[in-house]
Formats: sequence, structure tokens, C-alpha cells
Amino acid sequence: MSDRIFGVFGILLSIGYVFAALAIEESFLSDAVGPKAFPLIIAAILGLSSLAIVLRPDAEPQWPTLGRLAEIAAAVVVMILYAEMLPVAGFVIATAFAAAYLAWRLGSSALESVFVGVGTSVGIYVIFHLVLGLSLARGPFGF
Amino acid sequence: METLANLGDGFAIAITWQNLLLALLGCFLGTIMGALPGLGPSNGVAILIPLAFTMGLGATPSLILLTSVYYGAMYGGRISSILLNIPGDEPAMMTCLDGYPMAKKGLAGEALSLSGIASFVGAFFATWGLILLAPQLVKIALLFGPAEYFALFALAFMTLGGVSSTNQAKSAFAAALGLGLATIGVDTQTGVPRFTFGEVHLYDGLDFLVAIVGLFALSEVFIFLENRHGGSDAEGKKMVIGKLYPPMSMIKQTTPTMLRTSFLGFIAGVLPGAGASLGSFISYSMEKRLVDKEGTFGTGDPRGVAAPEAGNNAAAGGALVPMLALGVPGSGTTAVLLAVLLALNITPGPLLFTQNPDVVWGLIAALFIANFMLLAMNIPMVGLFTRVLMIPSRILMPIVAMVSFVGIYGISGSTFDLLVMIGFGVMGWGLRKLDVPLVPIILGTLLGNAMENNLRRAVTIDNGDWWTLIDSPLSLGLWAVAIIGFILPLIFGARVKAKMRQRRDEEGAISD
Repeated sequence: MSDRIFGVFGILLSIGYVFAALAIEESFLSDAVGPKAFPLIIAAILGLSSLAIVLRPDAEPQWPTLGRLAEIAAAVVVMILYAEMLPVAGFVIATAFAAAYLAWRLGSSALESVFVGVGTSVGIYVIFHLVLGLSLARGPFGF
Repeated sequence: METLANLGDGFAIAITWQNLLLALLGCFLGTIMGALPGLGPSNGVAILIPLAFTMGLGATPSLILLTSVYYGAMYGGRISSILLNIPGDEPAMMTCLDGYPMAKKGLAGEALSLSGIASFVGAFFATWGLILLAPQLVKIALLFGPAEYFALFALAFMTLGGVSSTNQAKSAFAAALGLGLATIGVDTQTGVPRFTFGEVHLYDGLDFLVAIVGLFALSEVFIFLENRHGGSDAEGKKMVIGKLYPPMSMIKQTTPTMLRTSFLGFIAGVLPGAGASLGSFISYSMEKRLVDKEGTFGTGDPRGVAAPEAGNNAAAGGALVPMLALGVPGSGTTAVLLAVLLALNITPGPLLFTQNPDVVWGLIAALFIANFMLLAMNIPMVGLFTRVLMIPSRILMPIVAMVSFVGIYGISGSTFDLLVMIGFGVMGWGLRKLDVPLVPIILGTLLGNAMENNLRRAVTIDNGDWWTLIDSPLSLGLWAVAIIGFILPLIFGARVKAKMRQRRDEEGAISD
């Protein structure tokens, strides 16, 4: 069933791609092929392979339970927050929180998580910023 | 003779303090990444690319660092195969078969050192093979026009699923998805924006490094979160290594095996769509058929340890041949290495050998040096790496995630790229669950523009005649191979894959 849904999604994707490709405004200075042809070929392959997936699906993959799915969703939210907060809070603080969260969710105890978070963040800061000179996001305190 | 002179120049480039240090660092990190289940050569290299890039390393030093990681990971994979019966990366799967029984018999140290020697032999001969074969391939590639290149790219995609593919439709889907992603951005030939939906960030196209790190590294973090696999695989098992040097008789007994499988692995590596996993698989199967008269394979036969290790390291070297000579990688990790070259504005392919001989020969010399370093690291110091196996993933995975973020942020400094990377991470997780291979996606985003440009150039040169794509014997030949390579797995694929998967306990669409 998963494969069938996936295949239908693929077909919709290829149709959307075709429409987006047809909407490309051609420049008056175009080569013999133009900017639309290649995307249309790709869309055809995408559509055909999706159709094949719908018609001959594989065995059902093992999907995680709802709880585990929520776990992944939560991690994604934390990562998005991390990306957004990085320029605001600065590298060291944002990274410490994000790394601690991930460590906690992977089964570390509270104390260990804090330790992993701070350790990862400071460790990366020292190695990549102080030693290797990579520019990291600066926060209100300059780190 | 010219080759030797070139190689000499290469050594002159490779032997600087910086390059030697980078090779050492790469070997060390690579062995660790190979040894840790969950980090393989492709995601190991993927995580390090942005760093090499932002550290401002030149082309040769970056390549030296990253190919050392690649070679190192091929060595490292065997450690957890032997000690824990869990392959550290996909190519090391076959090493479990005889490595773990040897360890159970109390011969762990012998198995580790013997497989280290086998890895060395495989990689050593493969590097020579690379030196001899790549220039020949370059000579052929110089005859290629745009139409032939287009056919070559098509061949790369159609064979990428490889002999071991179970579902060619999914490989094709992945390739088309990758190529589609590559078309996002301003069209290089006419300057019109495509599929940007008015988003300014997309005008430059998607950065393939962002896609690679997201698909390979972040999706791995999600897999670990899903399984809440926070402990270390070594927990609760005691690892006694014992004597670290194999007896002479064991080396003598396994020498013919190593030589044969090095050759076989190298060929498997050069062929499109095979790669190191298949290299180790056919090496083991062939040796089993050839020398296993008493039925000792699978019960801790040293030859069963030497065969897959020599095979996969030789295949790793072999896989570099098409990547360097044609600019078309045949495996996941070489695709990632291609990304390094492209990010540094170096176009691999036949011209690389004439325009940047320093890069090519410096790299090859560095491979020799790295191989000796790895031998030195992997036999006396193997105890150090076994300790790395004790690091639980609840500590490791946050570090992997954060280093990925740092690398990407270091390149662009934009939050937008980080969000795209997270998107790719989620997509990678979903596709892996659905058993869609990720490597064609990467290859598609990498090669999409070159493929389209060659297509358009070929057709434009012939005034819009599309038949030009198949009007030379060379391109006809390439198309024929491509079509055979696509159809063959439909017939044999399921069988080979089933055999390879018998020993696999973890899913994952990342192959070497």
C-alpha cells in the first residue's frame, strides 16, 4: 500500500513538474532545444517509473509507530528552530540546546544530555572556530 | 616510463607537511567512520566535504583528505564485522561471515590483522590498476563528443541500480528526481529561471552539498531516532583481541586468495553500478567456490576473511577510475567525491589529466601513502579503534548532526540552506524507508546540468536534429550497454540481492 501511495504521489509530482516546465518563459535567444525539453524528458521518466511502482509495489516497509513518528517530527521541529535561532542566539548556545535535545531523545539521562550538548557545542567551537578559523554564527555575546 | 615520471611528480606534490598531515587525519577519521555502524564511507565523506571546503583547502589537499577518509572507511568497516558481527559499513557485510566465527574461536587479533593485510593488498593493487587503466580510459574518452557524453551519463544512471538492484523503477525514480532537482535555478544557456517559484534563494539552484549532507547524514540521525537506538553495539559484549600478528602460515595460505580477489574486486569497482559492496560479495562467493573444498567457509576460515576485505578495498580503488577518467562515478562514495571536485570548480573527466595533472597524480601518490599509513594504523593500533566502538550513538549522533549543520552553515551562512538540508534529511529518511536508493538522487543533482548541456549542445550542433544522439557507433555502443545494464537486473537482480541481504540486519539505501 505504501508503495502505491508513493507511486501516486510520484505521478502527481511529475504532472506538476510538467506544468511548471511548460510555464517556463522562453527567452527570445534560445538554442535549438530550449529550456523546456530536458525537464519534460525527466518528467516522463518520473511519471513512468512512478506508474511502474504503483503497478508492481514492493513488500510493505516497516513503518514506525505513531509515537516514533512524533519523535522524528519533534526532532525536525527542533532542527528548524535551531536553524532559525542560530543567527539570533549565536552558535554556542543554539548548538548546546539542539545537541542536548538530540542526546536526550536518543536515551541519555538528563545530566548526560546537558554534558553532551555543552561538550559538542564547545568542542566544535574550539576546533572549527578557534583552531580552523571557520566563521560560525555570532550571538549577542560574540559566540 | 611517462607514468612513472608523473607518479614521481605526484609524490613531490603529496609529500608536504600539510598533505601528509591531512592524509593521516583522513585515514584516522575514515577508519573510525568505517568502524562505527551507522556511519559509512559515503556519509563520512559527505559530512567532511563542507569542512574541507570552508577550511579553504585547495583541490589537491581536499581530495587527499577525503579519499583518505574513503580508503580508511573501507579498512574500518571490518573491525565491527569481526568483533561484533555487525558490519561497520555495507561493504564489510561479507567479512562477518568468517570474521566473527574466527573471533569466537579466540582468533580476533589474527582476524583483524589478517584482514588489515588483505585490505592493504587490495588497495595497493587497485591503486596500481588505477594508474594503468585510467590513462587508457582517458584516451577513449577524448573521442567523446556531446552526444557520447549524453549517452555516457544515461549509462551511468541506468546501470547505477546495479546488478544488486531489486526495483529498477525505484532507481529510475530516484535518478529522475535528482535530475529534476538539478534543473531548479537559472537555465545556464538561455538565462531564464526555471522552477524557482519566485524564490530568490533558488535562482542559483540547489547546492548539491546541502542535498548530500541532508540525504546521507541527517537521514541517518532520523533512523537512529526512529529506532531509539541510543546505546553502543559493543555494550555488554567483551572484546578480547589477543595476539595481533597472524602466523606466517596463515599469510601464506591466504596469499593466492588475496591476489585473486584484488583483481576481481578492482574489476567490480571499475564497472558501473557495482561498487565495493558487490566487489566484496563476488570475491567471497568466488573464493568459496574455488578453494572451499572442506566446507570451512563460514566457520572462521582465514581465507573467508581475506577475500571480502581484499575485494572491497580493491573495488574502492577501482571505483575511482571512471570517476577521475570520465567524470562519471559508479558508486555512492565516488559520487560524493565528484561533488568535492565540482564544488572546487574542477571538472573531472579526460581533460582533468591534461589540465590538472597535479591534482590527479598528487591524489594517486597520496593514495599510496595513505594505504601505508592505514596498514600501520590498522594493525598495531587496532585496539584504539575497537575502543571507539564503545561510544554509544546517543552521544555520537548529536555530534554528527551538529557537525553537518556547522559544515553547511560555514559554506553559505544562510538559514535557508539549513532548512533545505533538513528537508532533504526528512526526504532521505522517507525514501530509505520505501527502499528508494539515494545515490541516483545525488548523482542526478550533480550531473544534471552537465547532462542537459551535452544534450542541448549535441542537438544544437546538428541544427535541431535529435537523431544525432545515436548516429555514431560509439554512442550506439554506450546506449546498448546502458539498456542491457538496465534490463539485466530485472532478470537477475532479485536473486543476487537476496543472497547479499541474507546477512543484513539493518535496512539502508546507502551503499558504498
